[in-house]
Amino acid sequence: MGMSFSTVLSLLAIIAKVAVVLVALLTAVAYAVWLERKVVAHIQSRWGPYRVGPHGLLQPVADGLKILFKEDFAPSQVDHLIFWLAPFIAFALSLVPISVIPFGASVTISGHTISFQITDLNVGLLFVFAVTSLGVYGVALAGWSSNSKYPLLGGLRSSAQMISYELSLGLGVVGVVMLAGSLSLREIVERQVGLWNIFLQPVGFLVYFMAAIAETNRIPFDLPEGESELVGGFHTEYSGFKFAMFFMAEYANIVTVSCLATLLFFGGWLGPVFGPPLLRALLPVAWFCLKVLGFLFLYIWIRGTLPRFRYDQLMGFGWKFLLPVGLLNVLVTSLLVAWRST
Amino acid sequence: MAALFYILAAVAILAALCVVLQRTPVYSALALIVVLCSLAVVYLLLGAEFLAVVQVIIYAGAIMVLFVLVIMLLNARQETPLDRSRLARWLGAPLLAVFLGEVCFAVWQRYPVKATAAAVIDGGPRAIGALLFRSYVLPFEVTSILILVAVLGAVVLAKKQP
Amino acid sequence: MVPLAHILALSAILFGLGAAGFLVRRNIITIFMCIELMLNAVNLAFIGFARFLGSLDGQVFAFFVIVVAAAEAAVGLAIIIAVYRNRGSLSIEDFDSMKL
Repeated sequence: MGMSFSTVLSLLAIIAKVAVVLVALLTAVAYAVWLERKVVAHIQSRWGPYRVGPHGLLQPVADGLKILFKEDFAPSQVDHLIFWLAPFIAFALSLVPISVIPFGASVTISGHTISFQITDLNVGLLFVFAVTSLGVYGVALAGWSSNSKYPLLGGLRSSAQMISYELSLGLGVVGVVMLAGSLSLREIVERQVGLWNIFLQPVGFLVYFMAAIAETNRIPFDLPEGESELVGGFHTEYSGFKFAMFFMAEYANIVTVSCLATLLFFGGWLGPVFGPPLLRALLPVAWFCLKVLGFLFLYIWIRGTLPRFRYDQLMGFGWKFLLPVGLLNVLVTSLLVAWRST
Repeated sequence: MAALFYILAAVAILAALCVVLQRTPVYSALALIVVLCSLAVVYLLLGAEFLAVVQVIIYAGAIMVLFVLVIMLLNARQETPLDRSRLARWLGAPLLAVFLGEVCFAVWQRYPVKATAAAVIDGGPRAIGALLFRSYVLPFEVTSILILVAVLGAVVLAKKQP
Repeated sequence: MVPLAHILALSAILFGLGAAGFLVRRNIITIFMCIELMLNAVNLAFIGFARFLGSLDGQVFAFFVIVVAAAEAAVGLAIIIAVYRNRGSLSIEDFDSMKL
C-alpha cells in the first residue's frame, strides 16, 4: 500500500486515542445517569440508588445488563427500517462531537507532542454545531416511524424546539468567536489565559446555556418528553436496547454541551499547574474534568428544582427573548471589539 | 486521499439513485441527506472546510429537516407506479446512461485527466469571510433581504386560512 | 490528487440523475428533492473549479447557491402545503388546472 512506518504509527496513535476517549465518554454517560439519580434523590430528601455496590455505584452496570437482556419488540404498524435506524442515528451522532474537544494542553514527552484531542479542526466549533443540527433527525424520525399519536406529536414538538434553539445556541457563541478570532476550540481556550470568557461574555454564556438546555430536551424544556403531557414523547414505543440508546444519546449530548461550555466560557483546562512533568501534563485534564462535572451538577440541579415550560411559552421564549438577546450581545460585542482595535 | 474520493463518489451516486427510485418520500429524503453529507466530505477533500460545515448545517441540518417535517405533516404516501409503456421503461435507463457517458466524454476532452491542480487554497472561515465582506458584500446583503422575504412568504403562504 | 475531470464527471452524473428524477417522478415533494440534488451537483462543480483554479470565488458562489436553495426550499414547501390544502393530493397529475 505504500504507507510508511510513521503514517502507520500515527494512525495507530489516532485509533488508540479514539478508543480511550470513547470508553471514557461511555463511562461518563453511564455515571452521569447515576449522578442524576443520586442528586435528584438528595434534593427530594431520599437516598437514591443505595444497595447495588457502595452507594449504588454499580447501579449503572446492573441497569445496563437488564436492558441488554430485555426482549426487543416493536409494534406491528411501525415503519421498521426507520424505527430501527432512528436510535442508532441519535446515538452515533451524540458520540461524534467529542472528537474535536480538547481535554488538556499539548505536552511534549521526549520529543513527541501528544495533544489531548483527537483532531483539531480549524472549524471545530462549527463542526459541533453541524453534528448537533443533524441530531434533530433521530428525534423526528423516531416520532414519525412509531405510527402513533403521542410519539408523532412529541417528535414534531421536539424537533421544532431543537431547530428553534439551535439559532440561539449559535448566537451565544459568536461573541466568544469574535474575541478569540478563531473557530478552533484549542485556540479559543488558549486565548483565555489570564481572563476567562465568562467575565467578558456573561450574556453570551446565559444565552448559550439556556439554549443548550433546550437543545438537549432537559427540564425546564422537556415538554416533548414529559410523562404527564405526552406519555413518553418520541420514545414512547421504544423499549429495551433501542430506548437505552436514546437515553445514552441524551446524556452524551449533555456531556458534550457541558464540555463546550467549559471550553468556550470557563477556560477549558486552564488552572493552576504545578509539580513534576507528569503531574503538569495531567493536571489540566483534571481541571477540565472538574469543570465539566460542575456543569453536569448544574444541569441536574436545575432538573431537580424547576417546573417545566408549556410548549407555547417554550417557543415564545426561544424566538422572542433568547434570539433578540443573542443578537444584541453580538452587536455590542462587535462594537466593542471594533472600538478596541482602533 | 484519492481513494476516499472514489468511495464517497460511489456512496453519493448510490444514494442519488435511491432518491430517484424510492417509492416512499421519507426514504428519498434520507437518501438525499446521505448525498449531502458525502458531498460535504468531498468538499473537505477539495479544501473547502467552511463550505463543508455550512453544507451540513444549512442543507442537511435545516433544509432537509424542513422537507422531512413537511413530508410527515402532509403524510405523503408511497407513490403508486403508473402503467407506462414497457418500451419507455426499458429504453429510458440505457438512454440516460448513454447521455451521461456523452457528457462525461465531452468534459474529459475539455479537461484532460492529467490536468494538475493549482496551489493549495485556504477555504477556512477567515478567507471566505474576507471575500464575502469585501468583494461580494452586495450579493451578501441582497441574499439577507432574500431570506427575509422568503421567511415572510413562507409564513403567509402556509398559514391556515380561517 | 483527484483530477478535475473526475469531479466534473461526478457532478454530471448527479445532475443527470436529478434531472431524470425531476422528469419521471409524480410526487411533488420528490420532484423538489430532485431539484435540490441538481443544485448540489452544481455546487460540486463550483467547488471543484475553485480548487483547480486556485481562487475562492467558486466557494463563495457555492455559498450563495446554498443560501438561495434554503430560501427557495422554504417558499416552495409553503406553496406545496397551500396547494395540498386546496387539492388534497400531492401528485402533480392533480395539479393540472389553474382553476381553484
